[in-house]
Amino acid sequence: MNLTNLTKIALKALSNNKMRCFLTMLGIIIGVASVITMLAIGQGSKRSIRAQIAEMGSNMIMIHPGNMERGGVRQDASSMQTLKLNDYQDIAESTEYVAACSPSVNSSGQFIYGANNYPSTIYGVTEDYLEIRKISIEEGNMFSPQDVLTSAKVCLVGKTVIDNLFPNGENPIGKVIRFNKIPLKIMGTLTPKGYNSMGMDQDDMVLAPYTTVQKRVLAITYLQGIYCSALTEVLTPQAIDEISEILRKNHKIKEGEDDDFEIRSQEEMSSMMSSTTDMMTILLACIAGISLLVGGIGIMNIMYVSVTERTREIGLRMSIGARGIDILAQFLIEAVIISVTGGIIGVLLGVGSSIAVNLLFNWPVYIQAYSVILSFFVCTITGIFFGWYPARKAANLDPIEAIRYE
Amino acid sequence: MTTKEIIRLENIRRNFIVGNETVHALRGVSFTINAGEFVTIMGTSGSGKSTLLNILGCLDTPTSGEYYLDGIPVKSMGKNERSILRNRKIGFVFQSYNLLPKTTALENVELPLMYNSAISARERHELASRALDAVGLSDRKSHKSNQMSGGQQQRVAIARALVNDPVIILADEATGNLDTRTSFEILVLFQELHARGRTIIFVTHNPELSAYSSRNIVLRDGKIISDTLNEKQASALDVLNKLPIETD
Ligand SMILES: Nc1ncnc2c1ncn2[C@@H]1O[C@H](COP(=O)(O)OP(=O)(O)OP(=O)(O)O)[C@@H](O)[C@H]1O
Ligand SMILES: [Mg+2]
Repeated sequence: MNLTNLTKIALKALSNNKMRCFLTMLGIIIGVASVITMLAIGQGSKRSIRAQIAEMGSNMIMIHPGNMERGGVRQDASSMQTLKLNDYQDIAESTEYVAACSPSVNSSGQFIYGANNYPSTIYGVTEDYLEIRKISIEEGNMFSPQDVLTSAKVCLVGKTVIDNLFPNGENPIGKVIRFNKIPLKIMGTLTPKGYNSMGMDQDDMVLAPYTTVQKRVLAITYLQGIYCSALTEVLTPQAIDEISEILRKNHKIKEGEDDDFEIRSQEEMSSMMSSTTDMMTILLACIAGISLLVGGIGIMNIMYVSVTERTREIGLRMSIGARGIDILAQFLIEAVIISVTGGIIGVLLGVGSSIAVNLLFNWPVYIQAYSVILSFFVCTITGIFFGWYPARKAANLDPIEAIRYE
Repeated sequence: MTTKEIIRLENIRRNFIVGNETVHALRGVSFTINAGEFVTIMGTSGSGKSTLLNILGCLDTPTSGEYYLDGIPVKSMGKNERSILRNRKIGFVFQSYNLLPKTTALENVELPLMYNSAISARERHELASRALDAVGLSDRKSHKSNQMSGGQQQRVAIARALVNDPVIILADEATGNLDTRTSFEILVLFQELHARGRTIIFVTHNPELSAYSSRNIVLRDGKIISDTLNEKQASALDVLNKLPIETD
């Protein structure tokens, strides 16, 4: 068998029917283009979510009370008072893999400045919180350890709060705002972070020493939570183990008993989020895959018609010495040329429309080499698979019957 | 001339079943043809000439009987073997030309060589070009088959049969559509091939043509009714030279 000659023959046959050839290709073009675009959108959103999580601190660990049953009744986590200051101190002092640690107590309520008021949340933390949450100070200073010791009436304010309390663009630093009648002096402003992937405004917050919030706002002695950061993202599990050990010891939990606290990490969150986006990507790819399948069936249909229509031609070719395999190869090559050419055009179109989606709708897209290679591969397979049956039919024709075919 | 037997038919029958009727196209045909013979086959329309030629060309298989080609029973050959045989050893001119539509004369003639990987593209062009020159179509090489007259198409079909330099040439009414002059030109070509040792089997309606062959077989109703050797083969070239040259 001479592949060059057979390819020439196939190309010639295709060029005799350019319009039909193009229409057949259209199915493949649309299929491949949609596979690539869908995968690009799926990958794009996955990447942007990952990037946002990293921005929030991918090595962050959150500890909350929870999972405790008393007399068989499951308690509401927020009402539990199991996390104490000494838990925080032990974690801060006697761990190896924890880089930073801050207690957390918060309260929501109205902030007032002059005639303006705005509902937001005050977070009681230590200065480590900035490092843990990857928050930076735009102007002014963070409160000092001394402020924490003395429950100083100071705070740092996020941009959303500033915008609402100081609509005229005054410099908020040094101003005193009120929360629950407690005057708090603004020491600094936080660098805006915008919305996170869940649509939460990350600038809608006020930070204050945790002692201030504990004593002056909530009048409690326990902690609502503890935030830590592991040395690196990969060391998160080790850090969690350490923390868990300390807390179990402090809370006198016996072996085999359930924890009365819950430790969640950003790493866990991010893998959860990416598994969600992965599923979405798979779903999109499936839909796109179906259109590729439909395109393939289009090829089969046209090849089938073409074999019937060209029965005489096949008979003639066989009568002058083409073997069954030559005819089979010719029709397979025709099918593969259609599908691969359609694939190339589809790839270009898919890349183009991904870029268009990005520019027009501002959606994040990311085109992976593998999706291009995959579509290409699938195209060729589609061509061979759907070309096979009609090609076999052609190859099995009897020359003398075929040549008499009307 | 050698007397090597190239074709041997033993009691060949070919039945076609049409509906619930059986058509006996060939009813027990037996003969042998030696290498280098020029046989004309004649007979009325429907006498089975084309059916016989299809069997000789390994395109069709007989209902019963044995066909030995070069001593090998064709029945024992596989489909592929027969394909290769048709491609390398046999040149077949169809009664209805069977050219590829939308394809130039040259490409049509090249076709058998496309299925022979031993021949390069350059050789192929050259051989096809030469075959077309031989049938007098030098000026129609790039014309498509639907842009040619019946006679021209017939000559393309002849060129296609000759392009692979076959051992056996089977022609079904090869001159049926040609004027006297062109007919004789083709006949001269066949006689030249015959002189070069090719075996030629030539089906025709024209009884005059038997004078130019070395043997004449007449069929009627699927049977041989006469089989005569022609000792004094006339020269087609002489006749051609005597024909008045048409001037336009
Ligand atoms: N495929 C077929 N199916 C049915 N009958 C057939 C078939 N081919 C040939 N026949 C019959 O066989 C007989 C011989 O046909 P064939 O074509 O061999 O005749 P022929 O001698 O070549 O005639 P002509 O000179 O008109 O070409 C005819 O009666 C024809 O009807
Ligand atoms: Mg006939």
